[in-house]
Amino acid sequence: MSAPVRPAPVRPAPAPILSIRDLTVEIPTRHALLRPVNGVGYDIAAGEILGVVGESGAGKSMAGNAVSGLLDPPARIAGGEIRLKGERIDTLSPERMRRLRGKEIGMIFQDPGSSLNPLIRIGDQLTETMHAHLTLTRREARARAVAALEEVGIPAAASRIDSYPHEFSGGMRQRVVIALALAAEPALVIADEPTTALDVSVQAQIIALLKRLCRERGMAVMLITHDIGVIVQAADHVAVMYAGRLAEIGAVADVIRAPRHPYTAGLLASAPASSIGARRLRQIPGAMPPLGALPAGCAFHPRCERAGPRCKVDPAPALAAAEGRAACWHPLEGGA
Amino acid sequence: MSYVSVSNLTRRFDVSKPWLDRLIARRGKSYLTAVDDISFEIEPNTTYGLVGESGSGKSTIGKLLVGLLRPSAGTIRIGGSDDIAGRNDIQMIFQNPYASMNPRWRIRDIIAEPVAVLGGETRGLAEGLLEQVGLSAGDAAKFPHEFSGGQRQRIAIARALSSRPRLIVCDEPTSALDVSVQAQVLNLMSDLKDELGLTYLFISHDLTVVRHMADRVGVLYLGRLVEEAETQTLFDAPRHPYTRMLIDVAPRLDAPGDDPTPPDGEIASPIDRPPGCAYNPRCPIREDICLRETPALREAGAGRVACHLAPPGSGG
Amino acid sequence: MTWLRSDLAYRFSRSPLAIVSVAVFAGLVLAAVFAPLIAPQDPFDPGALNLMNGFSPPGEANAFTGDSFALGADEQGRDVFSTILHGLRISLFVGVLAVLFAMILGVTLGLLAGYLGGWVEAVIMRVADVQLTFPSILIAILIFGIAKGTIPVEHREQMAIWVLIIAIGLSDWVQFARVVRGATLVEKGKEYVQAAQMIGRRPGGIMLRHILPNVLSPVLVIATISLALAIIAEATLSFLGVGAPPTQPSLGTLIRIGQGYLFSGEWWILLFPSLTLLALALSVNLLGDWLRDALNPRLK
Repeated sequence: MSAPVRPAPVRPAPAPILSIRDLTVEIPTRHALLRPVNGVGYDIAAGEILGVVGESGAGKSMAGNAVSGLLDPPARIAGGEIRLKGERIDTLSPERMRRLRGKEIGMIFQDPGSSLNPLIRIGDQLTETMHAHLTLTRREARARAVAALEEVGIPAAASRIDSYPHEFSGGMRQRVVIALALAAEPALVIADEPTTALDVSVQAQIIALLKRLCRERGMAVMLITHDIGVIVQAADHVAVMYAGRLAEIGAVADVIRAPRHPYTAGLLASAPASSIGARRLRQIPGAMPPLGALPAGCAFHPRCERAGPRCKVDPAPALAAAEGRAACWHPLEGGA
Repeated sequence: MSYVSVSNLTRRFDVSKPWLDRLIARRGKSYLTAVDDISFEIEPNTTYGLVGESGSGKSTIGKLLVGLLRPSAGTIRIGGSDDIAGRNDIQMIFQNPYASMNPRWRIRDIIAEPVAVLGGETRGLAEGLLEQVGLSAGDAAKFPHEFSGGQRQRIAIARALSSRPRLIVCDEPTSALDVSVQAQVLNLMSDLKDELGLTYLFISHDLTVVRHMADRVGVLYLGRLVEEAETQTLFDAPRHPYTRMLIDVAPRLDAPGDDPTPPDGEIASPIDRPPGCAYNPRCPIREDICLRETPALREAGAGRVACHLAPPGSGG
Repeated sequence: MTWLRSDLAYRFSRSPLAIVSVAVFAGLVLAAVFAPLIAPQDPFDPGALNLMNGFSPPGEANAFTGDSFALGADEQGRDVFSTILHGLRISLFVGVLAVLFAMILGVTLGLLAGYLGGWVEAVIMRVADVQLTFPSILIAILIFGIAKGTIPVEHREQMAIWVLIIAIGLSDWVQFARVVRGATLVEKGKEYVQAAQMIGRRPGGIMLRHILPNVLSPVLVIATISLALAIIAEATLSFLGVGAPPTQPSLGTLIRIGQGYLFSGEWWILLFPSLTLLALALSVNLLGDWLRDALNPRLK
């Protein structure tokens, strides 16, 4: 679905670090052409955390992979543009994308166990990244590595820099991964479910760390997760994805207090925290359709209590950041 | 008369390195005490929530209660009997909907297996149960991979119901599910509990889920029960510092951008427990006695708490 | 397995190598099965032979008798084409049964070792390790020698085929056992096995009904490749003289016989059996390789 390219939203700050317009990712399969990302667009400014939230299969990780150039074939970018600091990056060659990835885009994944090479000391993994992207002497790189570890909260960093990943606990490993992602001082950080595998108490620590580093260094952070609670704690803005499209986008405080899209409202209402003391939770009937079997019209209409005749026929309207927040023909007004 | 009665339950695992390694390094055997002297009761037709993070022993307790593991010490009485293994009035729902069913079996056989193993009549059993959990009878001939995670958990629930159990141990049944699917599955479980008079032991790391489902909650830390109370009391007035911390850091939906102070440190390794109270390295109110003596679980109001510094009686 | 099969069939139809290998293999199997019907001559009926036909070259009419043989005749006047068909029969029969034997033995021991652990696993795996230090041909020869020492002379020729099957099978079970043990260990950790244990299913039932169906796919690949190796092993043993006897010759025996006549000019007695063996082993081998890649979940 192609909408005309819209101008970047008016902001008092300088141009956003990451700007995505009308991005579409396609996967040709034997049975159908899947679009895990369909006409998605959002911006992330320096020092801002954007939470991309959606359920499994909504396409949020795919969008992140498209930005970092890590789409596995046969998945491919089929439309739209991605700009990093004003320059288009979706058309770069794989080699240039690879260099960009280390220097300007840092990545944090869900499982710290597989993000770190178990056979290499963490100090060496850090200095290797630094050597590749910054010009430093060996001594400088090592000092920087120790400083990086201290900054992410690893106690006794100077002595632990020569340890192997398995000598750290899960939470500590994720901190190392964060240090690694930030080692080359990237402008954009993509964090895909960074706290899902961690205990709740450690999760709070990691979120606090990410927020602090983001503000201090003026990085743009794309925080991808299915956990709305994490978004509420960590993010400034939130983009809600459903079946490959953006359902709603806006400031976290606004969206949480007064969601406009019925899906967002349903998602928030179904969390146990929204039904304290009630016998039953509020649930959205049905399930998100698989990408190969999307209904005609708005993908959410079979489950929506506000669905009208138009919703069955016309796909949801494109999001226009200036006009409204929700891609819906009958958005909720004010308080949900 | 409580339906489930657990007394001084302990389970140790031998995690020693191989004999030759120990001989060369001159080390002794090492043991991991996953469950350390736990006692609690569950009343019939109630849900007891067991909350803890990794290393707390909650999954081990679940396995002990269904007979997958044998206790190193202590007793478990369910329905008046000490004999646990292979009983068809105790069933379990597992965490991972993708691994808890044999991918090569048809749904009909998966659901009916608890009854088939004991030689019972299985005709039509699966179809009826599928309807009861919100799927259709026609699904009985399909294979697990044809279903989504939420649907598979429904099938797992159907399987657990097939032998008409009285107690179901639920080990993180919705942790792998998205939040809207979780709501459906939790509602289903609540409805079935009322319809069939079931008793649940609900194990989870997610406080918000436990708060919704449980009538009574036990909080575990490194194998010990550190607090236990009725759900409302626990969340309104937690007594143990660890419980307070868990409640503070649980992500909430009503305070966006809130920055609660995260706790210090990390959970200690269960093999190498700190002396005295296991929580002392991270506890904001610790004192000398906490480093020396392990606190016992004692009565406090209508609940119990294991902390030297929690005031006795009511209040927190 | 249902969806896997359709996916497999799809990949099969797109691979020319797989199609050709299967075609060749199927052709050879059919030829072997219907050998008595399609062979122009029964090479083991002494009455049908005419010694004057001996050493007839392929295609030409014999100078003495006027008979012509498509692939020539050997020293006794036997039609080489017919002997190849019957030899193919023996080779396939021994190969398939040997692999079946190795598979049943190896899978069973692998399941027991993986699921039961403890001393059962230790004993089985150490026996397997020890056996792997010997070349399998030597083990087969050893078993053959034992059989020779224990079976009375008059039965030896009839029993030769069965001893061959047992010898090759016993030398081959280890790889099945190892793979199945590894796969069993993986499956044992999965929750569906815990679920079955919890409801009270006995270990034998769990191994047979739960674990076995899930560890079979690598077995299929190994079995196909083993078949190629078993066929070659049998040919080797027969070539060395400790396999199929001349009265029930396999392709290997024919090669041995033909080798004696190579330098005296009767090349066809050696060439055609060799080409047949080559085609058989190669087609099975290629099929096994393709199957392994096709069934590898990570390559998808």
